[in-house]
Amino acid sequence: MLTYTVRRLIALIPVLLGLSLIVFLMIRAIPGDPAQIILGQLATEEAIEALTKQLGLDQPWYIQYFTYLGDLLTGDLGESIKTNTAINQEIWPYLAATLELSFCAMLIAIFIGVNAGIISAWFQHSWFDYIAMILALIGVSIPIFWLGLMEQWFFSIQLDWLPTSGREEVRNPVTSITNIYLIDTLIQGRFDQFVDVLRHLILPAFALATIPMAIIARITRSSMLEVMKSDYIRTARAKGIRMFWVVYKHSLKNAVIPVLTVIGLQTGLLLGGAILTETIFSWPGMGRYIYDAISARDYPVIQSGILVIAFIFVMINLFIDLLYAAIDPRINYR
Amino acid sequence: MKKKKSFWLLIVLMVSTLIFAGCNSSTSGDNGDEGGEADEGSTGGTLVFGRGGDSTSLDPAITTEGEAFKVTKNIFETLVEFGEQDTELHPGLATEWETSEDGLTQTLKLREGVKFHDGTDFNAEAVVFNFERWMAGNKEQFYYYNSQFGDKVDSVTAVDDYTVEVKLNTAIAPFYKNLAMSPFGIASPTAIEEHGDKFLENPVGTGPFKFQEWKRNDRITIVKNEEYWDEDLPKLDSVIFRSIPENSARLNALASGEVDLIDGVNFSDVQQIEDNPDLQTFERPTMNVAYVGLTNTRGPLQEKLVRQALNHAVNKEEIIDAFYAGAADPAVNPMPPVISGYNDEIEDYPYDPEKAKELLKEAGYEDGFEMELWAMPVPRPYMPDGQKIAEALQADFAEIGVKAKIVSYEWGTYLEKANNGEADSFLLGWTGDNGDADNFLYVLLDEDAIGSNNYTYYKNSEVHDLLLEAQATTDQAKRDELYKQAQVIIKEDAPWIPLVHSRPILAGKSNIKNFLPHPTGSDLLSHVEVSQ
Repeated sequence: MLTYTVRRLIALIPVLLGLSLIVFLMIRAIPGDPAQIILGQLATEEAIEALTKQLGLDQPWYIQYFTYLGDLLTGDLGESIKTNTAINQEIWPYLAATLELSFCAMLIAIFIGVNAGIISAWFQHSWFDYIAMILALIGVSIPIFWLGLMEQWFFSIQLDWLPTSGREEVRNPVTSITNIYLIDTLIQGRFDQFVDVLRHLILPAFALATIPMAIIARITRSSMLEVMKSDYIRTARAKGIRMFWVVYKHSLKNAVIPVLTVIGLQTGLLLGGAILTETIFSWPGMGRYIYDAISARDYPVIQSGILVIAFIFVMINLFIDLLYAAIDPRINYR
Repeated sequence: MKKKKSFWLLIVLMVSTLIFAGCNSSTSGDNGDEGGEADEGSTGGTLVFGRGGDSTSLDPAITTEGEAFKVTKNIFETLVEFGEQDTELHPGLATEWETSEDGLTQTLKLREGVKFHDGTDFNAEAVVFNFERWMAGNKEQFYYYNSQFGDKVDSVTAVDDYTVEVKLNTAIAPFYKNLAMSPFGIASPTAIEEHGDKFLENPVGTGPFKFQEWKRNDRITIVKNEEYWDEDLPKLDSVIFRSIPENSARLNALASGEVDLIDGVNFSDVQQIEDNPDLQTFERPTMNVAYVGLTNTRGPLQEKLVRQALNHAVNKEEIIDAFYAGAADPAVNPMPPVISGYNDEIEDYPYDPEKAKELLKEAGYEDGFEMELWAMPVPRPYMPDGQKIAEALQADFAEIGVKAKIVSYEWGTYLEKANNGEADSFLLGWTGDNGDADNFLYVLLDEDAIGSNNYTYYKNSEVHDLLLEAQATTDQAKRDELYKQAQVIIKEDAPWIPLVHSRPILAGKSNIKNFLPHPTGSDLLSHVEVSQ
């Protein structure tokens, strides 16, 4: 297992290199001269030339790439053009906001998705199965944008249960330490604020969880159905083990591998795809950070922001791969 | 052993269910608390202002962005100030001002006893410091200083502690109107020296509110300046500007009570707000223009007759009813009627498809032609929905045989490509900065502005001469005359189809008092009160 882990880590190097190269080239494909756009309409030729030089844009692209790579290796993500601040200094609050939201969304998606899938498989062709699968079908096809606004209208305006947007009640703001507010409020023993933060999380987390939840439910169901037809399950039932344990223990353990794969992929998509949710619920996370950077042509931020998200995506999938081995001893990594 | 594991699994399931159930049940109690918080303690209370975007800089001198000025307007003051809802000039940090006969020397008497938020004294030296900072900065950084004053300012000197003299090498007719613009808020010299290029995150002015906190992309908090020179102001204890990018989500936040005041209300939502007894709407007096630019250097649009024909083809009233809920007036000239020098004798090209077809025939395009029509990808107060308005125009043009193909790009690309003259026809608009005709006609349609804001590449030397002469004329009546002449020529040349002057809508809770939206889009909140 240890050698496998090390080997997988080494195999990450070309992946990450490829990733950085693709992101780097992608940014260069955006139309327009960055220096001109940054400086605006009144810019003089000399100013544009000076900035081009300062940004290193007068060098051939491969030199630019290697300089960029060298900076990355020393942990330097570059400097935002818009704010004149080092990106690794300013990125954390956005990343923390996105991680908090995605983590909660994934928790909801996994908890509800997996259980719905299991129960649907268990009681195949029951009314629960039909309803759950219809909901799952709606879930994968529903526009998040519409869902978010409907959630706000129903839960905030009609029922007045939950706040519509933001991370906290701004009149009573959280003092940030880690920028993950659930943790910050607990550290400070502010349980009133903890509840407030949790209430702000619910609507966006559910909106964000909808698609992965539906996909996880469908995969879990089909995977469970397959496993539950196998001989050892019949044996287990013949032995007189309670159906609950047959389903949640014997079957789930073997059905979980494809589910894990989907969870890994969906978590990655969640991180990158949170932008709509972040926009509707005005959640100050990575999606909006990168989106605003695109509008402002803040190239270093676009580049590093995408890279950070991609990096997390790769790491999550590595983690999932390692989890396979831990869960299923039949998987032999040599 | 096996049983034990399953037991724990069950426990985890149950606990997580409880947590979520707990979240829901705790909410009703919490809402009660919120009401309590607003009531308690201080007299003025807090106003939460929901808006579409975050600021990029809180140093007004180095930005051109409306979202920045909305905040800095309340932190900084200018030497002269606009009126509450117009662009008439009133005393600001200067109590009196005087222009010499030749228009080249401007003398300002400053208000005494004013301090910056950091305790620095406000005096002539501070004003000179600010001017020197703007003058020394490069063009890219200090955009507004360079476009409004540029090389025309020769020197700025402190005559005594509270008198400043500005010497110009060319007269600038709207000198004081320019000075009243938000970018020329006077900043604390001490703070500028201390923070350097981080001043944009640590703004220090003399205004009614002090800067407190900025969480980027989320909110900006400003608090009452207890030392403000007008003891009665501000009424509020603090203002929190929250960015909520989506228009409908912002209205939802207002309806659920999380914010007190919002801008960027969809025209289509106005009725719903007016039907709600807890809410009210505010109309911002118009100082904008939305238009269809007809790039004068491209294809059939090079022909004046074709451009006039397109002007006849557009049914403005229908567009106003459909997309502005009536909160707009049809535009005749490139600037709104409130601007001094507006020519109200000019008549618009009437909506007349037949006449349009005749003109096309005369120009040799009897069978019509094809062109691109660019639709703005972002909503603006003057252009609530670029795509739909483009579709309405497409239908209007089709009626006279002109086939318009609707095209759109990401906003940054859109502006850049249009600026390069790559669009045949395109939607765009402008909100005035200082209420001066120069700020519309010269900025948008003079040949000097090609490459900056003259996107249609319109060039007419007669107009150019008139606009330059008006810039150097200090006699307002004479200036008005010059602008009126320029508008006649522009109308005839038809570089645009002026569409509408809209009245942007804001909405707030019904307990908000004394909120007066300003035509420039930057609202001074010092008089605003929130009654409990």
